[in-house]
Amino acid sequence: MEQRPKSFYALTAFFVLFLIFLYGPTLTIGILSFQGPGGGLTFPMRGVSLHWFRDLFEQQAVGDIWGSFRRSFVLGLMVMVTTVVVSVMGGLAFRKRFTGSSILFYLIITSLVIPSILISLGVGLIWSQSGLPVHWSTSGFGAQLTWTLPFALLIMFAVFNRFDRSYEEAARDLGASPWQVIRHVVLPIIAPSLIGVALFGFTLSYDEFARTLLTSGSYNTLPLEIFGMTTNVTTPVLFALGTLTTIFSLLVIGAFLMVVWIMNRRRARNGSDAGQGMV
Amino acid sequence: MHAGGFAPSGLFYKSSRIFEAGVRNNSVIGWLLAAPLSLVLVVFLVVPIAMIVVVSFWGATEWSIYPAFQFDNYAFLLTSDVTYRVFFNTLKYAAITWGFTLLIGFTVAYYLAFHIRSLTWQIALFLLCTIPFLTSNIIRMISWIPFLGRNGIANSTLISMGVIDEPVEWLLFSDFSVILAFVHLYTLFMVVPIFNTMMRIDKSLIEAAADAGATGWQTLWHVIVPLTKPGIMIGTIFVVALVMGDFITVRFMSGSQSANMGRLIQNDIALLQYPSASATAVILLATVLILIGTLLRFVDIRKEL
Repeated sequence: MEQRPKSFYALTAFFVLFLIFLYGPTLTIGILSFQGPGGGLTFPMRGVSLHWFRDLFEQQAVGDIWGSFRRSFVLGLMVMVTTVVVSVMGGLAFRKRFTGSSILFYLIITSLVIPSILISLGVGLIWSQSGLPVHWSTSGFGAQLTWTLPFALLIMFAVFNRFDRSYEEAARDLGASPWQVIRHVVLPIIAPSLIGVALFGFTLSYDEFARTLLTSGSYNTLPLEIFGMTTNVTTPVLFALGTLTTIFSLLVIGAFLMVVWIMNRRRARNGSDAGQGMV
Repeated sequence: MHAGGFAPSGLFYKSSRIFEAGVRNNSVIGWLLAAPLSLVLVVFLVVPIAMIVVVSFWGATEWSIYPAFQFDNYAFLLTSDVTYRVFFNTLKYAAITWGFTLLIGFTVAYYLAFHIRSLTWQIALFLLCTIPFLTSNIIRMISWIPFLGRNGIANSTLISMGVIDEPVEWLLFSDFSVILAFVHLYTLFMVVPIFNTMMRIDKSLIEAAADAGATGWQTLWHVIVPLTKPGIMIGTIFVVALVMGDFITVRFMSGSQSANMGRLIQNDIALLQYPSASATAVILLATVLILIGTLLRFVDIRKEL
């Protein structure tokens, strides 16, 4: 292997600094959440304890965090499933030009770049003017989809740009119906990407704040609850909550990556090696 | 002779009918597949924007809003110098954040694409950069408190090193902390598209540049940067849109001492002044769409994905 240029070491140092910049603060609050009962929001640590984690489970003063966690979790699943189904259909639709497809494409881009608070304000206004009660599972759900769907569709566009259509042609030549082609050829091939889309759908919803602000009604989602806490809670209980919800996010990400990894392994093991000998 | 004359045109007629039917069939299937997507975007994007535009002409009392067609909200906004100051503050945040995220994002993407040689490592390090993006923005903002606060790590380190005698006050709750948080939250949006474009650069072009006698810097500036422009454009679109539309980072990291357009809107909402909030929202939306529309002229997003 040829020798590494000097720039490699400089860039490695830069990259390591970047990672410290990305993860450092989160690790710090992770450590500080084990602050002793008399400790504050900054170092030094006054002893080590689980005091603030216990507070999360006992004290009613922190608000309805477990209720809001449950709501965020359910909402995340709803958004995830809808995002996957709608974006796969949308991705398939965009493979062929249809009347109005370019307008729809620009709407997707608009949905991506529009300031989140406008969605919150607009959806909130419509619901209030038509006398409907805003609720996280209706108006909040729809408002979040305007954030998750554009990301999902960009991923679907990328996936279908790289999709080898000869697999579909082969299936059609063997007499598969259009539905069979999608069910037995297209979906299995794009499955790992769909796991990625699902991951995006869940985590973007679970952490979404601005679009849910005016659309979730009187029952808060977890990010709204945490934001409420930042204005009136000045103890490390905030860090304990931050640590727990970050660990939860990491577990979710880990689970999804694991599924992709297992899928790829099974595919490598069971896949046909037809054609490999020719190359 | 007549018959001979008619046959080709009849054939043409028939095949064009089939062609038309095909197009119509495509459109019907396309519409059916795109229907759920269109429904969501119409109900939760198009109609809300229309509603905001309508309400921006309405009037408001202290406790309610009423339908009207008046330009009072716009007249008030456009004659108040607070609006202009906040507007330029918003652009300032966007410009500075863009500069930093571009420099950092490009360097990181360049390192991953050209200096990491095994694909497994590339994927692993790329995921390492991506994971924070999938955790809560608010928690990531909160996590700067122990660093930047008056008794935070930055101040105590600087004092113990003898650089400063008194704690520096402007680390937290200032423009500095706002931009730091923006860079922290959004650099990823530069890394991902730039990395994606760089991975598609044919490596033989770089060898060719080296063979032709280009130095490392010349290759970087004359080969890699021009080929990476689409990725830079997409990253720019993300960062500009996110920073222009933000209100929560500015509110939290400036301790409510600085303002951008999003904060103006949020303030009006808190005071139940929806028409005024809507007028500000229309101005903000117009600005963002013009900016992004201009950027989109330089890149074909669908081709670059």
